[in-house]
Amino acid sequence: MSRPQADWTADERQLVDWLADMNEDDALPLAKRMLLEEKRDPMHVLDLCRAAMDIVGKRFEEGEYFLPELVLAGEMLDTIGAIAKPLIKQGEGGEAPKLGRVLIGTVHGDLHDIGKNIVSFMLDINGFEVKDIGVDVPVQKFIDEIRAFKPDVVGLSGFLTLAFDSMKETLGAFDAAAMRKDFKVMIGGGQIDEAVRAYTGADAFGVNAVEAVALCRKWMGVAA
Amino acid sequence: MSGSRTPPPALPEAQARELHDQRLQRILDCAALKQPDRMPVAFYATFWLAKYGGISCKELMYDYEKHREVSERAVLEFEPDAIGPLVIMSGMGRVLEAIGFKQLQWPGHGVGEHQPFQYLDREYMYADEYEDFIFDPTGFYLQKYLPRVAEAFEGFDQLPIFPGLHYFRLVNGIRPFARPEVRKSFERIVAAAEEAERFFEHHLAFNSRMAALGYPLVNGGNAVSPYDFIADYFRGATGMMKDLFRKKDQLLELLDKAAVFLTRQTVAAGKATGNPIVMIPIHWAPDAFMSPKQFETFWWPPFRKMMMGMIDAGLIPMPLWEADCTRRLETIKDVPPGKCIYWFERTDLVKANEVLGDVVALRGNLSPSMLTTGKPEDVDAAVKHLVDQVWNKGGKLILDGAFGIPDETPVANVRAMFDAARRYAG
Repeated sequence: MSRPQADWTADERQLVDWLADMNEDDALPLAKRMLLEEKRDPMHVLDLCRAAMDIVGKRFEEGEYFLPELVLAGEMLDTIGAIAKPLIKQGEGGEAPKLGRVLIGTVHGDLHDIGKNIVSFMLDINGFEVKDIGVDVPVQKFIDEIRAFKPDVVGLSGFLTLAFDSMKETLGAFDAAAMRKDFKVMIGGGQIDEAVRAYTGADAFGVNAVEAVALCRKWMGVAA
Repeated sequence: MSGSRTPPPALPEAQARELHDQRLQRILDCAALKQPDRMPVAFYATFWLAKYGGISCKELMYDYEKHREVSERAVLEFEPDAIGPLVIMSGMGRVLEAIGFKQLQWPGHGVGEHQPFQYLDREYMYADEYEDFIFDPTGFYLQKYLPRVAEAFEGFDQLPIFPGLHYFRLVNGIRPFARPEVRKSFERIVAAAEEAERFFEHHLAFNSRMAALGYPLVNGGNAVSPYDFIADYFRGATGMMKDLFRKKDQLLELLDKAAVFLTRQTVAAGKATGNPIVMIPIHWAPDAFMSPKQFETFWWPPFRKMMMGMIDAGLIPMPLWEADCTRRLETIKDVPPGKCIYWFERTDLVKANEVLGDVVALRGNLSPSMLTTGKPEDVDAAVKHLVDQVWNKGGKLILDGAFGIPDETPVANVRAMFDAARRYAG
């Protein structure tokens, strides 16, 4: 059970602030000390990280932070997670229930992944369970992964103009497999706009990670 | 097949030369903020030429003659005011293969025969190598960077450290050149250079022929901004973004230095081609990629320094500002008037003209999604919009696609672009 913010110690608040303020040089040693020397509850340290990531996500939505901050935040989170997770005892705690499942990948023919990775990160820190199946994903792999993962939302990513046809083909295959009713499809990438959404038949498109999160929240019936 | 129209018959030489000069003057007038007699339209395409010619991307990439034939046919059909270096960008297969280039996957070599090439975003320089690169750029290139980016250079990691070699130490210091790996590198580089020579001759011959037919080349050389140079080709996207926090001082020092050597290289190349316009594809300036403060700290100052060096040398920088750069407009306005062409991809040209119309010429920017998925009447309407809202409001606009013609564009839509330009703007 996570502790309410009112009960956080001064250095716990400090960790959240340093992480949210991109102060990696101070935040990482403090997190390591808490986990390895002071043996604090690793679940609680991860809660603090999540609180910091909430702030990072909000600053991104408000236009104060941009891609570099998300990349550094993701890396700080990974570093602390790698230390904390082995310290969690079996059966202890458990993560908060997820808002929904999102399967995401870059369509076939396209090798770009930066946008997809940022969207995955933002969905993750906003409480979604994300499965990223990589780049240049063949149509059949999408179908197999969807059958196994049973997502609520499928995200198709693509940077090149060739992705328009790959997306259309992938969505056509979802229809042919009679699985389209089981999930929503959002598309995104450098050249994606309403013309491409209409061309591919996707449910929606987003121009950035904030819009991707908003779409998933809307479809899962979660208040923004 | 594309069903291309029969090109008009070749013009007499004197008439073609006159048309060439008129067309080039329209572009130069725009750059100088003078009013040309009509709105010029540029033709820039890479793998779209494969679609137009009914051949594969791989054929375009490897078959110099087919590439030339298709490119020439397209130019004669559309009669643009200026052309890009059409046979360079999508025709390097043989040279890339000869040098064993590792930063790209191209048709038939990592991607399908009908797909365009794609750059591999990786770390080609590690975070702890800034000091090495700054201290000795040439040494870093020879022993570290070149072996990482092309197989032909792999033996160079055994080359001696040159600075410090002297007297007998210099004489003995050349022994690594006798090693089999180093010899093999030199042999492969010479073979690759010979192919590069053939390729470049082909490029020059194509440009000369186009000029003789009346079509000027809009840009002779290409360049890169200092930030994009480090981000794209050395540190990789995520590496660079982390460096903004972790390596701030070293990054600023390297950017400052890169601005100097990139300017020198660009000016030398520009003078060699005799063509003043230099295209500079811009990748990392978009609004979404960094904060205004980061942009004004890291991205803009070294690029502005570079553009000023180019302008001082008589060149005309033509950055292609990719994605949406609306929030950068006030910053990038800080250049002398009448010296640059700003080509925008997704930035609204109406807004760009309001902010920059008295400072730079504009180029672009028919939407790639509209060009590829829309109908000729959509293209016609989009051209009319730009004519009404930019050209007729005094903007010195060179009409083009957002980044030239997207690979999948139906030929009818390209025709619609050229036809609409003549219909609405002379």
